[in-house]
Formats: sequence, structure tokens, C-alpha cells
Amino acid sequence: MYNFEYAKPDNLETAKSLMAREGAQALAGGQSLTPTMKQRLAQPELLVDITGLPELKGVARVDGGVRIGGGVRHVEVERSAEVQAAAPALAQLAGKIGDPQVRNRGTLGGSIANNDPSACYPAAVLALDGVVSTSNGRDIAAADFFQGLYETALEEGELVTAVTFKAPMRAAWMKFPQPASRFSLVGVFVAQFADGHRVAVTGASESGVFRHGDLEAALNTGGDLDSVAVSPSGLIADLHGTPEYRANLIRVQAKRGAAAMV
Amino acid sequence: MPKDGIGESVKRREDQRFLTGAGNYTDDINRPNQTYVYFLRSPSAHGRIRSLDIAAASAAPGVVKIFTGDDMAAAGLGGLPCGWEITSTDGSKMAEPPHPILAQGKVRHVGDPIVAVVAETREQAKDAAEMVAVDIEELSAAVDMSAALQGAPFVHDELESNLCYDWSLGDKDATEAAFAGAARVVSIEIVNNRLVANPMEPRSAIGEYEAATDQHTLYTTSQNPHVIRLLMGAFVLSIPEHKLRVVAPDVGGGFGSKIFHYAEEAFVTWASKQIKRPIKWTSDRSEAFVSDAQGRDHVTKAELALDADAKFLGLRVDTMANMGAYLSTFAPAVPTWLYATLLAGQYQTPAIHARVRAVFTNTVAVDAYRGAGRPEATYLLERIVEQAARETGLSPFEIRRRNFIQKEQFPYPTPVAVEYDIGDYEATLSKVEKMADVAGFPARKAEAAARGKLRGLGLSCYIEACGIAPSALVGALGARAALYEVATVRVNPTGSISVFTGTHSHGQGHETTFAQVVADRLGVPFEQVEIVHGDTDRIPFGMGTYGSRSLAVGGAALAKAVDKVIEKGKKIAAHLMEASAQDVVYEDGAFKVAGTDKSIPFGQVALTAYVPHQYPIEELEPGLEETAFYDPKNFTYPAGSYVCEVEIDPETGAVEICNFCAADDFGNIVNPMIVEGQVHGGLAQGLGQALVENCAYDETGQLVSGSFMDYAMPRADLFPTFKVDTETTACTHNPLGVKGCGEAGAIGSPPALINAALDALSPLGVKHIEMPLAPSRVWAAIAAAKPSEGAAAATMAATPTAAPTSAAEPAKSESKPGLMGRIFGRS
Repeated sequence: MYNFEYAKPDNLETAKSLMAREGAQALAGGQSLTPTMKQRLAQPELLVDITGLPELKGVARVDGGVRIGGGVRHVEVERSAEVQAAAPALAQLAGKIGDPQVRNRGTLGGSIANNDPSACYPAAVLALDGVVSTSNGRDIAAADFFQGLYETALEEGELVTAVTFKAPMRAAWMKFPQPASRFSLVGVFVAQFADGHRVAVTGASESGVFRHGDLEAALNTGGDLDSVAVSPSGLIADLHGTPEYRANLIRVQAKRGAAAMV
Repeated sequence: MPKDGIGESVKRREDQRFLTGAGNYTDDINRPNQTYVYFLRSPSAHGRIRSLDIAAASAAPGVVKIFTGDDMAAAGLGGLPCGWEITSTDGSKMAEPPHPILAQGKVRHVGDPIVAVVAETREQAKDAAEMVAVDIEELSAAVDMSAALQGAPFVHDELESNLCYDWSLGDKDATEAAFAGAARVVSIEIVNNRLVANPMEPRSAIGEYEAATDQHTLYTTSQNPHVIRLLMGAFVLSIPEHKLRVVAPDVGGGFGSKIFHYAEEAFVTWASKQIKRPIKWTSDRSEAFVSDAQGRDHVTKAELALDADAKFLGLRVDTMANMGAYLSTFAPAVPTWLYATLLAGQYQTPAIHARVRAVFTNTVAVDAYRGAGRPEATYLLERIVEQAARETGLSPFEIRRRNFIQKEQFPYPTPVAVEYDIGDYEATLSKVEKMADVAGFPARKAEAAARGKLRGLGLSCYIEACGIAPSALVGALGARAALYEVATVRVNPTGSISVFTGTHSHGQGHETTFAQVVADRLGVPFEQVEIVHGDTDRIPFGMGTYGSRSLAVGGAALAKAVDKVIEKGKKIAAHLMEASAQDVVYEDGAFKVAGTDKSIPFGQVALTAYVPHQYPIEELEPGLEETAFYDPKNFTYPAGSYVCEVEIDPETGAVEICNFCAADDFGNIVNPMIVEGQVHGGLAQGLGQALVENCAYDETGQLVSGSFMDYAMPRADLFPTFKVDTETTACTHNPLGVKGCGEAGAIGSPPALINAALDALSPLGVKHIEMPLAPSRVWAAIAAAKPSEGAAAATMAATPTAAPTSAAEPAKSESKPGLMGRIFGRS
């Protein structure tokens, strides 16, 4: 690990001014950043610890959904009565991230700001038609927020202050873990709303999290998901699975998710 | 028997300190004025070092000194030695290229150390290492063994080949004849996947030099400190034993990877004298992935010849074994004498021939890893026997029973050089058959099918050779060391007992089991006995712990030393009781004159030995301390039968282990709880190999699975509660009648799992699958298979039934006397 300065502001305004400094990097739960720094693959000059910001805390029911602060830890989402009421599948998703140590530190905002292609949360944000609120006062629709591998709509120094999820009629989170990392080899979030289904896929694509239109259409028309052709084109090939295998998992997990929705 | 003696499940006394964070591991040790070294390692699998510039780095803050391979060469340091020489079939010696401490001229694998940066702190050493300018001309890499045998690129240019040796064992003509007369030949091609050992504690070493006394000390994470002292002192650094102390304190697991002498140990020992300050090195996990010796990595073609009754007539094996870029300490022995000698398994196969080619590649060195050669032999044999069951339509149980060596046939010389002293293979097979409720399997399979799951049952019957081995024998086979063990039993004046053992405990629980052995044999309380290990200055000598040898060889030395103490004690007691030593017996912690009520407790004899006021001083020296060296008469041969049941999700390829039963014969058992723990650990490791672990290199020699993000370790949630039990045939040739239990689980379990998976998948037409059973691989196998004409036979084999034991005629031993037999003069 290289040397760095450390600051822990206690309000969002101070955090924003610190983040404006050259070489500043936000530190939330540190579950991705810290290992990267330990391997000397990241060299921030200033770590702005945002875990003490009251503006990023809290879970609250809002009209038609639930608003979760960007600094809320996975364990808090997992156990939140508000989340369990609004979207039990979202609470389940949080409860399956990493291990207890990760869930006790990692945050919603940290996860989606990092936008690891195998992270769990981006699938939920996309499937539950989430809106990402930021420290610049922007409200960004999920479809616009995720922009490829580790890329988001966030600007330099901009923090995720909250995510507002729509409460689905029913939903399910189907995580098929990669055997080593236990990230999603393929994770499929299936949600049903009054106006139709949304199927979001993580872990599978070279372009990060995405919605699968054909699977959504089949669900909307009551079609047989086994007959949906999921294209392997653009899917990840690695030690743990070919694009064809991932395509199969997308279809199987979507089918099972649709049957398991609560 | 005293409380906490042999046969009692005494709780591990060492766990108190381990579980409360009070262990003393190498990295916990800090020496005054200590420095830290960081090794800059090759990012390339194969390359020529064009230039090295350390000027800027040498001026970096905190840097004490930077060393390169040129410094090693200038100092005339030897390369790392290999401890076993294999002779090829044509009589030539194996290729043994130099293994420099720091790379000289070329780098040969990712992780090959190039530069050692010594600095005041670890971080400063790393900072400075980033300033070293290394210019490497990238060369194409030898990675695939078949390709490496075809020609260039050569890992070691001077060899003009990547072949280390081309060795064989067994009677080739007899084997050819067996195949010529066979009713059926079953063939298989399999890969034994490469593994990373990954002990919980990464390697660490501290070198310290005391100028005033010219004494070197090396603290290191070793399974065998005396072996390190011998190899490093004699072959690398030219430091005689009396000037070199090697300490292996608490060590957090080894699994074989901490047997070997490594470059980092030699470096810190040598360089601490150069800079006149202690130097510490501690590997991080990423470094361990590219610097600890790895395991397995075989590619094998094999054929099994059967007669019309499915009796095995002959086995023909052709194996390529990966050595990696350099020969690690015992690497050449693993795919030869620890592998081909086990190819008879539990069976009466009369003719066996194995050819093994060892191959250099631009990968990390491969050496012994839990089981070392025996898992590879067992995996091959139990896969091909399963294949034979499928092709003959016999149940896996029946075909094995037809071919078992019968218990009245022991001692049994195999056609592959070893002689099994004792065993009862039907006993462990029958036991596991009941434990696993094999009879109820068809109902479970049907129930699983109703849930859309494919259920399969797999069997594996393993044998292993532990407690290596008569020194004369291993010497004849190429070992450059002996393999006896040493123990000193020091009875202190007040009767407490300090035991010094040449074995080393790094998770096995010796501090408990060895104390039980001494307490039991001496009839004294367990608490009165302390076990000391891991320090060449405290222990007379020893060969360390590996190959499940510690109790069978080290425990035997211990028993012998205790017996010597008792013999001397009898003379002291005889004097005190005014009796003849021949009339004194030792029972229940007291010396007694047979047939009388005269008795003297052990403690009184101990005190008399050190306060010899009333003592036969003319005939007997004072003191009560005895040392014994024990050289084993033979290997021990633990054996057992394992049954695994799996369910496979055909849509995702996910494999779930539903049930696993193990019936082992380890001979006599000192601590059943520790044995059970060893079996659990071994099973987790073996099933880890078969289910998830995979050390993968790409075609450029980059390690693809170089961290826990991609290298899957077995986790508790992958396994059911293991059911384990034992049968006992006591080893015939060591004083404790013990065989060893540390590796069995890792040896016997992989084929049980793969056979179960194939049993589940065979109705779909899948005939073969490699380890590990990654879901993507299972799914691809299902997708590639077409229901075949073999489906009928496969279905038969998929429903093994508890067939009665066949009344197999004990075969007249047609085997030629094994090498072991020849050494013992047996025919």
C-alpha cells in the first residue's frame, strides 16, 4: 500500500469540498478499494472516508418504493423491515453478498459506484427501476447510471447519496456464484410490475449489468422461457464459464426466478 | 492403561494457544535490528534478462542493500539442491539443471525471483523494488507438456530438451503378454489437475547471523528443520551443522509445500551475514501463488486388461508429470516411486507396467502435496476400474471384490516393487457399503429424479504407502537422504518427561498424540509429558513430517526410546530392590520384582538416576535419558473404501455432494478424535481437488488462477457431514502397529466423487469428465453427450447393488519378488 492522506468528514458539504481535491478518492466500506490499494493497484492521495456522513444513512419507505442511503451497509439492507416489506428480494440480495465481514462493511453506494461487472446490487437497481441520487443533486435513472465495466454516470468527486427502488409486485434474486470469488457468475434479478416484467443480469456481460428484453417479453406474454434464445454474443469468457454457459445460466436463472418470485 | 493413553480421544493440548492467538509463528518472531527483504519476481513466464539497473532503487529511502543473481554467482553460492535422483529406463540420470537462488540470465516462470531488496521496512523494500529497472526479452513459453516434449522452447537451453527423465517400473513383457491374452481392454485418458497448496500461514523466514560466535540461525516455516539445515548448509551455503541452527516454530499448515528448501530461506541466511543484521521475509498470498511448490499435474493414458470373468490381467500406464521450471527438493520422486508403486491398489493385477516422463515447463515447480503420487495413482486406478465396471456391466462393488487381494494373501508382493504387510479390503468395503446404505440408493435416485436432479453413487478403494521407508531401500531408489526418525526421551529428576522428536507438527496434533504414546507406554500421567519439536539445537536429529510418517516412524522411535528408558530403569530398580534386573518387570508406572510384592514407582527411579546415592555406579551411568533412531522395515499400507453420493442439476451443471462415507484401516489408533479430524481435512482437500480447485496457466505461462478470486478453495458449505469409521489390521512391523492417517482422505476421495458424478451423468451418455467438476464443465459435458448405445450398460452400473462377496480364489502369487522383497531377501 502506498502512503495516502486520510480524512473523515462529518457532513456532506465538507466531504464534497474534500472530494474536489486532486487525487481524492471516496472510501466507503472499502471492500473493493482496500484490497486494490494493498496490491498497489490504486494510489489515491487522499482517502475521504464517507462512512460518517449522516446524509448517506437511513432507509425509508417512499411513495411506491424504498429509499436507501448510499452509505447503508449490506447487513442493514438485509435486515431492514422497510426493505423486506417493499422488496424482499432486495433484502435477500444484500444477504447473499460476500460474507458477514463484507456485509458488515460494504455499502450500497460503494457497490454501485464501483460497478463491478459481477456485483449484485447493479442488477437490483436496474430491475427495480432505481433512481440514483447524488451529491451533485442529480437523480439518475438506473439505465443511464451504469455505463459499462466499472463505468458510471458519476462525475469526478460525485457521491451516491441514495438509491430509490420501486417496490415490485413480486421479485426474485437468482445468484449463481462463481466457485472461487462467490461473486455472481450469473445473477438474474426478475421483477414484476403492473406494467410488465424487468429482468436484469449481472456477472455475464462484457458490458456490465443489462436488461434482457427477450426474456422480459416472454414473461410479459406468458411465454415459455426455455424457448427464448439467449445470445452468447458479448458475454464474458473466463476460467469459470464460456459465453454459451453464461447464456444458458441467464435463461435458466430467469426461468427459475420467475417461478420463485415473491 | 493410564487416563489419556493410547486409544483415548484426548483434546489437543496445542489448540489452547492456537485458538487464543498465542501461537508463535515465524512472522511473530522479530529480532533486534531486523531488516526486511522483498523479492522482485518475474512477471514473465520465460525470458532473457537483458539488463538490470538497481542504482536508483539502491538510493531509495530505507534501502540497506540490493542483491541480484550476479551477487549470488560472485559469492559462489550453490543452487538449490534436489534430494532425489531418478534414473531413466535407458540408464541415464535425470536432467538436473541449476536452480539459482536469484535468477541468472533467464527467468523461467512467473514469480521467479530476480532481485532481493533489503530495507528498513517491508514497505520501503517494496517501494524501492518498483524503482529497479528490469529489461526482460520475452521468450515463448513451454506450458503444455505434450508440446514441451516436442521441442523448443526449452526451459533450460543447455538441455536442448524439456525432458527431465523417462522412467519405467514393472515387467513390460509380462504386461504385453497379459494384454495379448485379454478378453477385454478398458482404456482411459485423464488429467490430474494442478493444485496450489495454500496453507493458512504463508511461508516466512528470518535469517540472523551472530558475528561473535559465527553462528547462523534460520527461523522458517518448515515441516523438517533438520532437512533444511542439511540441504542448505551442505549444498547451498557451505555452513557446517554446528554453525547453523534452524528453527521451525509453530507452523500453520504445510500439506507438503513446506517440506522443500526454498530460495528465500537460503537468501535470508546468507545475506544476514553480508549486511550483519537479521533479515525477515514473509510471503503474502499473491506471492505464495507463484512461489510455493504446487501439486499433482499429471496427464495419463492407461489401459486395463481383463479376462472373461473381469479379473484384472494387466495394467499399462503412460504418464507425463509436470516438474515446473526447476526441480523442487523431492519432485522427481513423486510421480515415480510414490506413484507407480501404488498402481496395484487393492487388487491382484499380476502384471503392471508404468512409464513416466517428467517434463520441464515454464510454470512454478511441482512437488509433493498431501498424498504426493498416491492420489494420482489412486485416481487413475479407481477411474479405470470404474470404467471397467461400466463396460462389463458389473457393479462397482462386484468388480472390485473379484479382484481384491484376499486377507490371507498377506504379506503380498505386488508387481510394482512393494510388499503389502497386511490388510483386509473386504472389511472396509463391507463397512462403507453399510454406512452409505448402498442398498437404498435406487430409491434415493428415483426421488432425486422426481425433483429433476441426477443422483449418482461413486466408490473408491484406495491404498497408500506411508511411513517412508527403509533407508537402504530409498537409497537404492535414488534418495539422497535417509528416512529414519529420531526421538530422545529425557526423564527429568522429578519424573517429568521432556520428549524431543525429529518429526514436526504443523497441525497434526503431535504434542497431544506423542504425549499419549509416552504416557501410555510409561504408565505416567499425560500431563507429565512435554513434546518438543522444530529446533535443530534442541532435537538431536530428524527427518520431519510428511507422507503420513510421523507416528509410524517418529512414534516408533519414541516407543523405542521409552523402552530403553524402561530397560535402564529396571537396572536401577533392581539395585534399589536388591533383585536381579532380569526379574524386574515394569507395569502401571512401577518397577516390580516378578512374583513378589516389591515395587518402586517410576518417580523414585528417576530421582535415583539423578541423585545416585544408592546406585550401581560401577556398571551404570547416572541420568535417565535415551535416544533412539528407528529405521522402518517397510512402508505402512493404510487402505480403505469411500462412497460418495452426488446430485447434479442438469440445467446448470451444479454438483452437490449429498453424502460421503469413509471406512479406513489405519492400523492401531492413538487418538480417534485427531484421526477423525485428519480424515475430515483430507477429504475436504481431496474433494476440493475434484470439485473446485484448479491451478490454471494460459498458453503464455501466466497463472490465470493467481488469487482466491479465481482459485476456488473448498469451503465447509460444499460438504455434507462426513461419516467416517475405521477397521483395524495392525501394522506388522512397527512397535505401535500404526499406519498413518494424514493423507488418506485426500488420496481416496477424488475418484469417489468423479465416479459418483459419472454415475449420475452416464444415463445422459457422459462417459468421461475431468477434475474439477466446475458447473460449466459439467454442463458442457451434458451438452456434448448424446444418449448412446452404451446407455443400457451405464444404467446397470448406475444402480450398484450390494453384491455378495465373490469367493475369489486367493491367487497363487505369480508376482515376481518386488524390489522390497529382493532387499529383504524374500522371494
